[in-house]
Amino acid sequence: MRHLRVKPDPQRYTFEGFGSEAYPNFSLRGAGDLDNWRLKTYRDRWDGYSALAKALKLEPAAVTAEVRASDLRGRGGAGFRTGMKWGFMPKDTPERKFTRYLVCNADEGEPGTFKDRAILEYNPHQLIEGMIIAGWAMQCRAGFLYIRGEFAWLVDKLDAALQEAREAGYLGKDILGTGWDFDILTYRGAGAYICGEETALLNSLEGRRGEPRVKPPFPAQVGAFGQPTTVNNVETLSTVPVILNLGGAEYAKLGTPGNTGTRIFSLSGHIKRPGLYELPLGLPLDFILNDLAGGSSTGRKIKAVIPGGASAPMFDAKDFDCPMDFDSVKARGSMAGSGGIIVMDEDTCMVQATLRLTHFFAHESCGQCTPCREGCNWMEMILHRIEHGQGRPDDLALLASLPPRIALRTLCALGDAACGPVESAIQKFLPEFEHHLHTQTCLPGTRQMLAT
Amino acid sequence: MNHALPPETSDTALAPGQRLLLTERKQLSPEAIAEIRAIAATFPDPLSATLPALYIAQKEFGFLSLGAMKEVALALAVPEGHVFGVATFYTMFRKQPVGRFHLQVCTNLCCALNGAAELLRKVTAKTGAQPGAGPTEDGQWSLEEVECLASCGSAPCLQVNHDVFDEFVDETKLEAILEACRQGETRPWGA
Repeated sequence: MRHLRVKPDPQRYTFEGFGSEAYPNFSLRGAGDLDNWRLKTYRDRWDGYSALAKALKLEPAAVTAEVRASDLRGRGGAGFRTGMKWGFMPKDTPERKFTRYLVCNADEGEPGTFKDRAILEYNPHQLIEGMIIAGWAMQCRAGFLYIRGEFAWLVDKLDAALQEAREAGYLGKDILGTGWDFDILTYRGAGAYICGEETALLNSLEGRRGEPRVKPPFPAQVGAFGQPTTVNNVETLSTVPVILNLGGAEYAKLGTPGNTGTRIFSLSGHIKRPGLYELPLGLPLDFILNDLAGGSSTGRKIKAVIPGGASAPMFDAKDFDCPMDFDSVKARGSMAGSGGIIVMDEDTCMVQATLRLTHFFAHESCGQCTPCREGCNWMEMILHRIEHGQGRPDDLALLASLPPRIALRTLCALGDAACGPVESAIQKFLPEFEHHLHTQTCLPGTRQMLAT
Repeated sequence: MNHALPPETSDTALAPGQRLLLTERKQLSPEAIAEIRAIAATFPDPLSATLPALYIAQKEFGFLSLGAMKEVALALAVPEGHVFGVATFYTMFRKQPVGRFHLQVCTNLCCALNGAAELLRKVTAKTGAQPGAGPTEDGQWSLEEVECLASCGSAPCLQVNHDVFDEFVDETKLEAILEACRQGETRPWGA
């Protein structure tokens, strides 16, 4: 074990009413307390590993049924129902025994999202407990924790936490006397956003280039090392012990029907109190922005909000009343994604914002599918031209023609993700783009925020 | 993504500021090879050890020269082309030398909204390192614009090497970070 970081994480975790009945906190409990990650604290203070003992007394299928009853949806981006995903894993038959794997996706790289980091920092044992329960429910051989490369200190912390769990008998051979063996290995990525896509992550875990695979076969049939695999997000797996403790039906009472439970929203940008907000699903966006986070940090009006991480289409002021749950955000033409809310005030140049996001996607495209590899670069070039006063009269039409030729024509969702910001920005902030074309400058009063 | 071909370890004259000591080495140390093989044994497929092995080699060589990649291929008994493909895919594997302190400033949207461009200019002014231009002449600094470091709520954010992470970086904080590097309180790259 190398050194463990002792510096407190600078994020803000609390707000008025945090931890009360209205805003129960599950994944962020104890956040901010540097000793909270230890096994002793987790057991004494949070009744840790009691859900595991409960789960191991149940049949694996009954654990999956409990998760299904909670109607938990994946917190990584797509919002797929976790219980259903677990149900896709093949079961052993007398003729065929499977080696199944569980993978935890901690490759947090979506601009605007920084929730997994806090869970790994302060509540690693809750994640480990969730992984063991998931491993039991699907009868997995082993679990892998894929952490993004920049979080080197968190890999060390997770290794230390896993060692604590092993010594306490929660991991390894014959867990709690059930005769079932399960262990978890950490794996450090190396700085590729695309490895957050589950099949790219599996390729990376196998020591290959992180290029998404052709689906089908889906990971539940052919996943890590050619075996059936389930990939779940950190926050999803951390919620599993909570569900076991509360009971699925009780957990489902939180949030709104079809969008149950709490999730962590990451607030950033021009907002007075940026940070992490664990809230029940379905609260209106303007309530979160104004009442909980204190509104704009600059004193100017909020012009645009990205509701679900960089790949979600933007909202303008008329959508600020949108309830923040998977279905409502989707109905308004965006996506709840990973819960990263980026706030931009009136003085933000939307062309610059779109250019910066497109630059990100062009840089992170793995290069496998032509529409995404070439299309993202073209979108960036055209936006660059417009922003730097070299826009041509037909550039807007050209730019608008690109997203339909990229989205849904690639192996993974990165191409679609890159189109979201561009399409929504043109649609909602067209006058700004036209102003750039006509006057070769940004709107008066907007700030220059790009580095190069 | 066009990568300049990494220099060979042995027969390229090193430019000023390139770090001689680590790149002079042409072979992985026996301890490193043992570590790589131990990692390979823990995974269902030894190929999984490619990324960890490249990290180990990067630490030993300072950056991943072609020679370093060949050594990794040898240690893992996998084709050299596979290792080259993996090393060039991931941005955290450095294919060119970096300074003793590799400064990484996130300039993605959330950081940009909170003054990342200003921070980048300040770092350049204080250290003389240009973004993406390789190490300064004394080999002390190198600077790079990077994508999201998952510190959006505490932007702007600066990372030094692989293990020092700082948020809400303003003028005083930046000066303190750079001073810690100058005083040797921060571990240099590869140490």
